Amino acid sequence: MSRQTSRIADPKKVNSELFNLTYGSLVSQLVKDYENPEDVNKNLDRMGYNIGIRIIEDFLARTNFPRCGDMRDAADKIQQAFKMYLGLNPSIGNWSGASDEFSLTFETTPFAEFVELPDSCSNLKYANILPGVIRGACEMVQIEVQSWIQQDTLKGDNVTEIRVRFIKKLEDAMPAGED
Amino acid sequence: MSSSGSLALPPSIEELPLELLHGELVCSGILLSYEEGDGDSSELLSKLEFIGFSTGYRLIERLLRDSPRFKDELDTIKFICKDFWVAVYKKQIDNLRTNHQGTYVLQDNSFKFLSKLSATKQYLEHGPKFLSYTCGIIRGALANLGIASVVIAEISTMPSCRFHITIPRAG
Repeated sequence: MSRQTSRIADPKKVNSELFNLTYGSLVSQLVKDYENPEDVNKNLDRMGYNIGIRIIEDFLARTNFPRCGDMRDAADKIQQAFKMYLGLNPSIGNWSGASDEFSLTFETTPFAEFVELPDSCSNLKYANILPGVIRGACEMVQIEVQSWIQQDTLKGDNVTEIRVRFIKKLEDAMPAGED
Repeated sequence: MSSSGSLALPPSIEELPLELLHGELVCSGILLSYEEGDGDSSELLSKLEFIGFSTGYRLIERLLRDSPRFKDELDTIKFICKDFWVAVYKKQIDNLRTNHQGTYVLQDNSFKFLSKLSATKQYLEHGPKFLSYTCGIIRGALANLGIASVVIAEISTMPSCRFHITIPRAG
């Protein structure tokens, strides 16, 4: 019925804009609901965890990668997942001496293209859903990690850096009655 | 398993993040300011709707940056049913009805956010939660196009649903 095929400018970008706008509205709503930005941070992390435990299944189904041998392997897979699902290209680096801790470094904070933090929210970690996703996904493949936002361009840092630290391997819990 | 004839496609990889985020918003209780009990879900529904509203409001602006204006209200609604719905949900609205007096009914036979729920009566009561965000997106998009509206949704059979847009007449 329309005279041109689509009136929409660049339909391909719609998905990421839709996600970013939804995420932004969500964070705004949480900031309104919880007076303390720390509570917002915790809730974003918790949401991320719930999403992480689901997205890992999709990731494993799509990629069929074998188990990770070590954290360098895991880091590589996490980097690939960012590219696949979000079209983001963090770099991996800042390895600890024991190779059990590393950084994912982004040029700018994910999802925050049109975002500015007001002064009242200086403690807010805008993209805090991401450390949660990493933590949840790793837990489902039996790796316990801690993850947090170390640097944030929304706060004036040069880059946005998410740190991931290996804590321990999780033993599979055997169902009762099996050896 | 869907009991309707429509095929509910699994989400593509680009749609998955939003679908998971939306699922969390609906199911996790994160938007509720008290422990989830038998309390009414109107707080959740209105917050979901508002998140959708501000998303739709901003999104339509970005989508239509260089486009000419719509020639009338029906043209605008048709845009929502076709181009906008395709952009957001990768399919068109299956059926549009109107009384030409400000009421429009948009039917989607396999609505994305419902396709994960089993198509039985068991989950019917939870259906509205999955539609609030989308009602808000429609209302927000229309609002930024200068049209004030009321948008509600109804489900008769999963995964198909209808969005009712009411545009009050001036005067």
